[in-house]
Amino acid sequence: MSVDPDDRALLEALLAGEHRALARTISKIENRSPGYRDLVSELYAHTGSADVIGITGSPGAGKSTLVDKLAEAYRDRGETVGIIAIDPSSPFTGGAVLGDRIRMASTVGDMDVFVRSMSARGTLGGLSTATADAVKAMDAFGKDKIIIETVGAGQNEIDIVRTADTVAVLVPPGSGDDIQTLKAGILEIADIFVVNKADRDGADRTVQELREMIHLGDGSDPAGGGGHHSQEIIDAHDDWDGEPVETVAIHGTGVDEFIDELAAHRDYLVDSGEHADQVRTRYAEEIRTLLREDVHSMLEEELAAAGGIDGLAEAVRNGETDPYTIASDVLEPVEDCLEDLDTDTHVNSR
Amino acid sequence: MSSEQEAESIRCLVAKVGLDGHDRGAHVIARAFRDAGFEVIYSGLHKAPDEIVQAAVQEDVDVLGISILSGAHDTLVPKIMDGLEEYGAKEDTLVLAGGVIPDEDREGLEEAGVSAIFGPGTSIEETIEFVRENVPQR
Repeated sequence: MSVDPDDRALLEALLAGEHRALARTISKIENRSPGYRDLVSELYAHTGSADVIGITGSPGAGKSTLVDKLAEAYRDRGETVGIIAIDPSSPFTGGAVLGDRIRMASTVGDMDVFVRSMSARGTLGGLSTATADAVKAMDAFGKDKIIIETVGAGQNEIDIVRTADTVAVLVPPGSGDDIQTLKAGILEIADIFVVNKADRDGADRTVQELREMIHLGDGSDPAGGGGHHSQEIIDAHDDWDGEPVETVAIHGTGVDEFIDELAAHRDYLVDSGEHADQVRTRYAEEIRTLLREDVHSMLEEELAAAGGIDGLAEAVRNGETDPYTIASDVLEPVEDCLEDLDTDTHVNSR
Repeated sequence: MSSEQEAESIRCLVAKVGLDGHDRGAHVIARAFRDAGFEVIYSGLHKAPDEIVQAAVQEDVDVLGISILSGAHDTLVPKIMDGLEEYGAKEDTLVLAGGVIPDEDREGLEEAGVSAIFGPGTSIEETIEFVRENVPQR
């Protein structure tokens, strides 16, 4: 791939440690600007040294505050930090108010903490499509720790598991009874549970319930739900049993214990060889996503050639045809091409 | 996921700077910008000029809207502009000021690099339109 000269200059400035170049690169990634793919592809050669930590949990659980204290503690230990904080975008206007930065005041004035707010831009799942690439940019920039704070999650926003090495799920005290801990979804993806606001009533009980849940998973072979695309990653979590960590993020209580637990999980990943699997799965997903994007844009062109989606929808509304017929008609030229291609390769390989 | 949401979005930092605890106006602007489809980062209250610069650079915003009702604009705004220049961000950031700014101070702020000043009574639509028309092409 060839990178255009402006992007080459941008890349060099980023690698030289210019903050604005990093900021600009992330914007290009977010906007899917022309040439961003070549740029990201160049970044890969410089990545792989950062620890990527995901923080998720319900709205108001204290994610931003904990991230802030975590960043401060890492800075005290002399490590550089990149933070990507994602907030939801409006399904109506696409607009967003990104408010996580307000809580991140402990490290303000320290440019070695690079905070970037991102809108989910319509993506469900707790991350934005650009998040993984933005992590690459921060990694190449030389950040030691990259912390991703997801959209305030419900029960099923689990995309973070595909991007972060270690996922911490924040569970506020009094998040329901022990049946909640049996449910599928967000609680399954945690490498580390953090009971934040641990000075509140009910914290002990929440810790106890989480501990029971973790140990309930031991020994008994999970039925292996299958079909879910991140099932491999979820299953791979089975050998690791982290104890829940109690924090009071606003006072910085428990942050050191949390950091120790993060480090322990990191060691576990490397020693068990799981990290390699994790990275392999992640790249497989990235390849699939890119291919899907490409095929998607090819199909958009086919759709435009077939008279645009609005016209086709109107035809269905008038009872002239149906969505299934249209889908196979639109796809037909593409399939023909692929068949030709198959025949060609067969001929060539003979 | 519609294709419009993938498209480029105008990013704004709505900033409160200095000793000034009045942020109703900033909230109204933040909300209105959101509804106009912009991505809005709100700085929170009592920020130093350096903090605003750091946020504007890291967030790579197209628009920086500074709300000041304390009367300290002649001191604070030039500090922000100098900071932006230091990071090479002054040229392509659209800087707006809002709040209580006397007419005789406008020229000085505009010389410092502020593109427009929206005082009390400005309509939201006018502000949004100005941003859409003047957002820097990068």
